[in-house]
Amino acid sequence: MNISDWLPLRFEIALAVFILLQLVIKIFDLIRNNEAWLRLNIAITFLIVLLGFTGADSGSLFGGMFFSSSFIIIEKTILAFATLLILMQSYNWLKQHPHTPEFFILLLTALLGMFLMLSANNILLFYLGLEMATIPVAALANFDLDKQRSSEAGMKMILSSAFSSGMLLFGISIFYGITGTLTIFVWQDLLRPGGLEVLALIFIMAGFGFKISLVPFHLWTADVYEGSPVSITAFLSVVSKGAVSFALARFLFSGVIMMQEVWIEILFLLSIVTMTVGNLFAIRQTNIKRFLAFSTVAQAGYILLGLAGDPVNAPTSVVYFILVYVFSNLAALGVVEAVSFATGKEDLDDYKGFYNSNKKLAIVLMLALFSLAGIPPTAGFFGKLFLFTSGIHSASLVWLLFASLNLVISLYYYMRLVRMMFSEKNEQPFAPIQSPVLSRIALIACSIGILFTGIFGGLYDFLHQLAK
Amino acid sequence: MNLLVLLILVPVVALLLSVFITAEKVKNVILLGAVAELILCFELLREFMLERAAGNNAPYLFEIVYPWFKTWNINFHAGVDGISVSMLLLTSLVTVAAILVSWKVDEKPREFFMMLMLLTAGAIGFFISMDLIMAFFFLELAVVPKFLLIAHWGSGRKVYSATKLALMLMAGSSLILVGTLLLYVQSNGSFDITVLQSLHLDSETQRLIFPLMFLGFGVFTALFPFHTWVPDGHSSAPTAGSMFLAGISMKLGGYGCIRFAAILLPEGTQYYSSAIILLSTIAIVYGAFATLMQKDIKYINAYSSVSHCGFVLLGIGMLNQTALTGAVLQMISHGLMTALFFGAIGMIYSRAHTRDVRELGGLLKIMPFIGSIYIIVGLCSLGLPGLSGFVSEMTIFMGAWQVPGTFHKVATILACASIVVTAVYILQAVAKVMLGPVKNSHFLTLTDATWYERSASWLLMLAIIIMGILPMWLAQMISHETAPMAIKFLTLNS
Repeated sequence: MNISDWLPLRFEIALAVFILLQLVIKIFDLIRNNEAWLRLNIAITFLIVLLGFTGADSGSLFGGMFFSSSFIIIEKTILAFATLLILMQSYNWLKQHPHTPEFFILLLTALLGMFLMLSANNILLFYLGLEMATIPVAALANFDLDKQRSSEAGMKMILSSAFSSGMLLFGISIFYGITGTLTIFVWQDLLRPGGLEVLALIFIMAGFGFKISLVPFHLWTADVYEGSPVSITAFLSVVSKGAVSFALARFLFSGVIMMQEVWIEILFLLSIVTMTVGNLFAIRQTNIKRFLAFSTVAQAGYILLGLAGDPVNAPTSVVYFILVYVFSNLAALGVVEAVSFATGKEDLDDYKGFYNSNKKLAIVLMLALFSLAGIPPTAGFFGKLFLFTSGIHSASLVWLLFASLNLVISLYYYMRLVRMMFSEKNEQPFAPIQSPVLSRIALIACSIGILFTGIFGGLYDFLHQLAK
Repeated sequence: MNLLVLLILVPVVALLLSVFITAEKVKNVILLGAVAELILCFELLREFMLERAAGNNAPYLFEIVYPWFKTWNINFHAGVDGISVSMLLLTSLVTVAAILVSWKVDEKPREFFMMLMLLTAGAIGFFISMDLIMAFFFLELAVVPKFLLIAHWGSGRKVYSATKLALMLMAGSSLILVGTLLLYVQSNGSFDITVLQSLHLDSETQRLIFPLMFLGFGVFTALFPFHTWVPDGHSSAPTAGSMFLAGISMKLGGYGCIRFAAILLPEGTQYYSSAIILLSTIAIVYGAFATLMQKDIKYINAYSSVSHCGFVLLGIGMLNQTALTGAVLQMISHGLMTALFFGAIGMIYSRAHTRDVRELGGLLKIMPFIGSIYIIVGLCSLGLPGLSGFVSEMTIFMGAWQVPGTFHKVATILACASIVVTAVYILQAVAKVMLGPVKNSHFLTLTDATWYERSASWLLMLAIIIMGILPMWLAQMISHETAPMAIKFLTLNS
């Protein structure tokens, strides 16, 4: 046992140490100033991101329960990077919040849970990570303490999480009963299509469906996204969704790969319904957070299309898409955060004429909307394109047609918002909004990501190499 | 440096510069970029013709390949043949004219001219693409500029028209995407048209993929019944927008139908050729009759575009060398003509502030230059010999008549007969707008064309006249490319 054996666990160890350290600091009131807490946590998260570049150590620990590979390290780095961007964007809001230290502790715990979930080879460690990722976020959803909507969001989040976890566990227990083992990699040899296996798979997919907001398990999404503070909306829509997507890809291709004919059918149905319902409901929304909520529901439908690929391209296209999606969604939510903090307004109609009052913020939001719609030359175009090119491996023509026609529907509502910002006049325009330096850096980073991640082709090829 | 790469770089550089300079100077930079592009296209034409004259008969010249996404075998593969070169010329001519006509736009000028340049970049990139995903990339690039140009700088029901246009074109693009992906699977992992061309797909597959590709591109070129975006879209757009949309965007569809649908899927094309001929004939005849009913001069030109683009598709449907050559010639001729027509209409509208024929009248005396342009373009539209319209329509009719079979003959006759209707609506429009008494005394104070409007008009007018009187070099350049296509269609049944 020497230090190099523990290197695959470096993310988790670092996070756990920092979380406990912060708990101690809070209990003994060693730091009183919110800004100091902010700077400390941004530095910590930045460090975690840097850890991702310190070499790829693959290996397994704890008797095979925990494993790591360079691909998993990339996934973790993306999630940590997204968290960093969220912290930077929420600088103003966090600075004046009465419970900032608790916010960081809960957020980093959630991140730690996601890391464990991604590295889990044992289904119980997976479940532990999943719960550890979800429960703190339910508390965080309640963090706008003076708003009733926020408490409602927290309540809905915890109830739906509990329910979905129950379903997930039910499916898992059946799989355990069939195979007699908790190790996911061993499952792929033992699980074949059969009545009981299909039942269990349906329950597990339902559990995953809740977490990634697939239709019809998406009903909590709009209310929770609307009620939570914007930073948590961002965390949920990007980090949480991203982590569970990665986990789903791993589960489908390592655990139940022998049941592919079954889960392709399930993915097909879920994908079509999710894309269509998500897009249609987004058209009707009047609140920008609900609008973005339904747009993310629809994006999940495309992720499922990408999962219909071969075992190398499916996870690669999903990871690439999530990276692009991190930039796009965080750019959009970063602007929403800035506007919400400065003016408290969150209706789509308030964004009329935004281009005239706050040109730079409006341009960032427009870039984000173009990327979400999948318009070149933004990265969103390539993200969606590769989900398509990955998916044709196993997807049916009907699936492809549905997916591409849904691009049309989504274009409608994204362009409608762009036009409102660009063309229409606002009776009560916003005053020019000032953002702190870190928030501006985060928005610039997202914009650069949107503009350049797609055009430079090497990134996807790099990920593809790692996935092999 | 490769000429084609330069063609793409110029708009990109112009766009980047526009971000950083003052709003009043942006139009100068953009005009400079467009003129540079025009010069490059002429240079490309010159070098292309030299190459061909020297005996270089490679199907594509000036090819350049940059790997882009190795995993998916997507490459930046550019190359031109005679058809592409002519389309590039058309694009650069119309762009310069459109920018000149809009010289006095003062509502958000920076964004306006940047949108125009973005449209140009998309079109140019599309015409030099030899990789399907690259072509799709450039096709989609134009969606946002089209939408914003109409929705913000347009007139009338601009939001409705812009939305309808954007959604219908996007729907066409999505069909193209699905078709492209299917071709990728069939070719075991290639998006390159040289690879796809040499595949021999079985009939079943071709009959499945062809409608996707053809309908997808057909939406762009106003294939009946997906033409409904044209009247509202072109009429609500600002002048430069209409010039670009009708002059170039509709040609993206025709070019795509030939390059990416017909050539790659010859058996599919042949199988569906009757349907193509039927739909295009309906478009020609219906478009012509619908134009007769219009009272808004912009709608007159828009519906007439539906009719004229029907000729392009008719030429494609006939599948022989003459008809295909005619189709390409019609794309060029119609592009130039309709751009100039919309330009003239824009000039009239910006002065008279009405587009209703019942309110206009006697403008030829008041604005002789604009009036003359309007009349000459009208004559081109009805196919007067000496102007480009005659050359292209004559070629299509000759090619179409060569095809045996009652169905084809009837279609040809109906298409020819529509020229009579065209003549009626054109002469009607000219009479009502240009001749006759002046209906509004305020019009007597209107001014004639300014320097920038004149330059734009002369540019396009010269092109139309040259194409009308000296089309040989152009027709030869194009028929050099359509000959192997036609042979492919002929040898299908052997």
